[in-house]
Amino acid sequence: MSEKQGLTVIVKTVTRAILPVIFLYGFYIILHGHLSPGGGFGGGVVLALAFLSVMLAYGRPTAQKWLNIRILHDVESSGPLLFLAVGLLGLAAGGAFLLNVLGKGRLFNLWSSGFILPLNIIIGVKVGLSLFLAVWALTEWDPEKGDDT
Amino acid sequence: MPVDIWLIFLLSFMILGSIVALEIKDILSSIVAIGVVGLAVSTAFLILQAPDLAIVQFLFEIFALIILVRAFIRKDYHQLEPARLGRLTAALTALTLIAVFAFSVHAFKGLPEFGRPTLATAQYYLDHAGQQVKSANIVSAVVLDYRAYDTLGEVTVLFTAILGTFTILRVRKAKKEGGEK
Repeated sequence: MSEKQGLTVIVKTVTRAILPVIFLYGFYIILHGHLSPGGGFGGGVVLALAFLSVMLAYGRPTAQKWLNIRILHDVESSGPLLFLAVGLLGLAAGGAFLLNVLGKGRLFNLWSSGFILPLNIIIGVKVGLSLFLAVWALTEWDPEKGDDT
Repeated sequence: MPVDIWLIFLLSFMILGSIVALEIKDILSSIVAIGVVGLAVSTAFLILQAPDLAIVQFLFEIFALIILVRAFIRKDYHQLEPARLGRLTAALTALTLIAVFAFSVHAFKGLPEFGRPTLATAQYYLDHAGQQVKSANIVSAVVLDYRAYDTLGEVTVLFTAILGTFTILRVRKAKKEGGEK
């Protein structure tokens, strides 16, 4: 059943082999956003493309079985709220909104620059999931079959 | 080779790509030609030493290509008749373009040299970001520390856009279910 959906077995095998590497690259770009070029937006798009490659290679129904779209929706929608919460943390510490109150650490360390790392993670997850879910919503309607999907 | 020559090469590449995208009959080739333009922009950012922008532009270009292919590949949009331009309209368009070009040549000559006098704000970020934010990537420091409020706005924009997409696509579903009942 899953053999007939999606693309050929070559594409499926290559996708399965390369998918962890794509995810690793996406997480690397997000986590090192304050050290090297990249950050939440770029890494998020990499994550979205990884999800998309699953959808393209294995077909929509199989991807729907693997991924819990409802949970992805909830995580995606909570992104701005988490961002706001991080901002309010600065307010709660007695400073201004979005004040960087976390420990700054040392320059060039992974644990440096306070809020930038958590904010990058929030933005990365948010961007990745929203781009993927946008494509997911757009492919819900098949132009060939018209309105009956 | 100096940066300017690379940029001129890339710009002519982009103009060629857009001409090909407009003139070619096959819709898939047209989409690929649009992709050439985006990748040239990404390379231009790389040459101008803006790797953050280059990465985002490159990835979004791939993403946009996938959406474009998904949206247009099944429909025969290449059957559309090309628009016919009257002789007067064509002449007027050409004249306007020449006027704009002449004016912009004049305007660009008055601009300062590229990136030469660093803005006061940019100089402040360059001097203090390492000590104040402890972020090795100064772009990150500006986006997520000095200007984090703007980024919150961007995230909100993205959230609203996705919300709109889902709302529009959900209306169709609800209508269909109502019709079946």
